[in-house]
Amino acid sequence: MIRRSNEPFLWFLFSAGGVVAAFLMPALLFLNGLAFPLGWLTPSRYENTLILVKHPITRLLLFVMCSLPLFHWAHRFRFTLYDGLQIKHLNEVISFLCYGGAIGGTALAGYLLWNIP
Amino acid sequence: MNQTPAYTTHHPRWYRTRVSTYWWSRKWAYFRFIVRELTSIAVAYFVVLTLMQIHALRQGAEAYAEFQEWLRRPFLITLNAISLFFVLYHAITWFNLAPKAIAARFRGKRIPDVLITASNYGAWLAVSAGLVWLLSGG
Repeated sequence: MIRRSNEPFLWFLFSAGGVVAAFLMPALLFLNGLAFPLGWLTPSRYENTLILVKHPITRLLLFVMCSLPLFHWAHRFRFTLYDGLQIKHLNEVISFLCYGGAIGGTALAGYLLWNIP
Repeated sequence: MNQTPAYTTHHPRWYRTRVSTYWWSRKWAYFRFIVRELTSIAVAYFVVLTLMQIHALRQGAEAYAEFQEWLRRPFLITLNAISLFFVLYHAITWFNLAPKAIAARFRGKRIPDVLITASNYGAWLAVSAGLVWLLSGG
């Protein structure tokens, strides 16, 4: 019997997360992390931001933007530790913490975005 | 493979030179590789920051204003500037590798790498401009 590897599926999540992170994160981090706090640009008002985030499409996009990049991180960070620090004997623990963290983060994102009061 | 094989007279030890933990510091290309690998930390950090922002948004106008004030701390500005560098590094290396992943064909001919890279950068620029337009303003 052939034992199926789940590596292709994890790689797919890694790849999809990489695309999402590459397209969305630089602009969002620039805005929220530098441009707004330093006053280069004015953020939209709380009420408008709330209306935007409450929209189902925005919530779905935010969920995807949180979940997939976490799996991207889990996969890549696992191999960074594997190759960089050569701690192969901790492989199971590292996998558990990485993918577990991604699953936990996904659940938290789902909880926060499911309904916004 | 067994990490600690039992050595017997008839089963000699494998000859494997130990690779230094700092192997990536020897060569510029190796160093760039490890920097690319480390970008995943910034990606995860940004997700955490986003979740905190959504949490603050849910708490109400006051909590959200507090969150925005918190982002003005010099420590956070520095952290976010460093993270932005890593996230940009991720995006650029990702788009540059796109032609290797997308082997698209048109009328039997492979679409040139430059075209795939350029269209990725174009789409990235459009999405980024759209986000700036959507999130800033009075």
